[in-house]
Amino acid sequence: MSLNVVIVGAGPAGLAAAWSASQSNANITLIDQAAQAGGQIWRGGQGYAPKRYRHLFGQQTTLHYRKQTHVLGASEQQLYLATPQGPQQLRYDRLILANGARELFLPFPGWTLPKVVGVGGLQALVKGSLPIAGKRVVIAGSGPLLIAVASQLKQRGAIIKAVVEQVPIAQLLRFGRSLVGNPTKMLQAAQFAQALANTPFYVNTWITAAEGEGEVQQVQLNNGQRIECDYLACSWGLIANTELAQQLGCRLEQNFVVVDRSQHTSRDQVYAVGELTGIGGEDKAVIEGQIAGFVATGNYQAASQLAQQQAQARQFSQQLAASFALRPELRQLAQANTIVCRCEDVTLAQLQSQPSWRSAKLQTRCGMGICQGRVCGGATQYLFGWSQDSVRFPIHSVSVADLVMESV
Amino acid sequence: MKQIRISINGTEYQVTEHSNLAAVLMDKAIANRRSVTGEPRMAVCGMGSCGECRVTINQQAHQLACLLQCCDGMEVDCEP
Ligand SMILES: Cc1cc2nc3c(=O)[nH]c(=O)nc-3n(C[C@H](O)[C@H](O)[C@H](O)COP(=O)(O)OP(=O)(O)OC[C@H]3O[C@@H](n4cnc5c(N)ncnc54)[C@H](O)[C@@H]3O)c2cc1C
Ligand code: FES
Repeated sequence: MSLNVVIVGAGPAGLAAAWSASQSNANITLIDQAAQAGGQIWRGGQGYAPKRYRHLFGQQTTLHYRKQTHVLGASEQQLYLATPQGPQQLRYDRLILANGARELFLPFPGWTLPKVVGVGGLQALVKGSLPIAGKRVVIAGSGPLLIAVASQLKQRGAIIKAVVEQVPIAQLLRFGRSLVGNPTKMLQAAQFAQALANTPFYVNTWITAAEGEGEVQQVQLNNGQRIECDYLACSWGLIANTELAQQLGCRLEQNFVVVDRSQHTSRDQVYAVGELTGIGGEDKAVIEGQIAGFVATGNYQAASQLAQQQAQARQFSQQLAASFALRPELRQLAQANTIVCRCEDVTLAQLQSQPSWRSAKLQTRCGMGICQGRVCGGATQYLFGWSQDSVRFPIHSVSVADLVMESV
Repeated sequence: MKQIRISINGTEYQVTEHSNLAAVLMDKAIANRRSVTGEPRMAVCGMGSCGECRVTINQQAHQLACLLQCCDGMEVDCEP
């Protein structure tokens, strides 16, 4: 019987893992909860990937590609799935985790208003055909995603009223200089700069409030400025989706999965790739995915040829983290009556008296709603330094029917 | 692009086939749900993690609109 390699996540990292694993005769299953492969950056499919990566989509015909399938939990050799056909279990010999990342949202007055969305969130909705031409958009928070999304939306006819980045200018310039020697990233930066010529770009600046009747109509900045808008896209960086890795007992450091040079985690036969091991974008995701796919199928020779690129990608990821570190003032944005847990409408004042995440959950229901702490967990970690203790099965809220498993 | 019909809170709308349901609701300024304290909410993350976009589809509650494409005859109900 051939080796069962299961890959969770069909973003750049998972697609690359599937591609290199399929150079062997292993039996490969690629799972993603989304309707289409591509993950965050290539959302919408092959056409959104740069030419050099489009071949990675070709494998979907030769492997078992399970779309709209959530991996709810994992144990040794077994995954628990919610599929369009109902709950199922799936056995694996090798597991490659490529769950990617989500945006970090920090609470501020008005952030729960309709049309205050994530930066990647707005990008995703626009790719899903949200009309944006002629709409006034403010993009705020931190990280390279702000500029990437601003230029994409502008190309689609949005009026970008402002890009608001919390990082001080000196830090941003240092990051710019660190790109020297990385031609792909330099070119990308230059393209963004050109696309955003004439767009107001504020550094050292942040949102203090969103206001509006029924939906966002204007935003306030810390420099006193008020800007009218139809959408506020706001996020403060990315956090890795480490829930499955945690459930399997993989070692984490600073909220990322620890891996060795073969992308192997601290658990036998479990690999982690892409944003899970450190935020680094598509190139890092593809290199790591390829390495894991090769190693998991015993092709060590091919994996070792990627070692230098892997080291470079990891270095870029560290520069990114250092350059876009969040400033302490952002902890003061939420006011006493600002909602921190959106699922249960728990306010800052209610949480301030709690000593820990666990106690907040028990006393206020913070983190007990449908997001299972995926939004408020990141926020409370930043605000109070709380870490989420254990990750219980299932990692997504599901209906009881989904918990009644059928073996396949 | 093919146009299809879906119903949202009992009203029929013509939308482009395969457009994202959360995007359609946001464009029409229809709140997906009411929060515990009664605030209207719409999609935030666009990628299936925040749960703010959940709606009832064909009588099945708690479906994440941001992970779904519109298809002909879909019946969408948002919390009033
Ligand atoms: C919203 C958003 C937008 C972004 N936009 C850009 C951009 O424009 N430019 C850029 O350079 N970078 C962008 N990024 C950064 C992005 O993380 C990387 O560029 C790249 O997509 C990382 O690849 P990945 O394969 O590691 O993860 P991802 O691309 O995040 O892929 C992970 C995949 O795993 C799936 N998944 C996760 N958990 C489960 C589960 N339990 N069950 C089933 N499926 C699961 C997800 O549906 C997703 O398709 C964005 C990030 C986010 C969060
Ligand atoms: S918008 Fe966050 S889950 Fe759909």
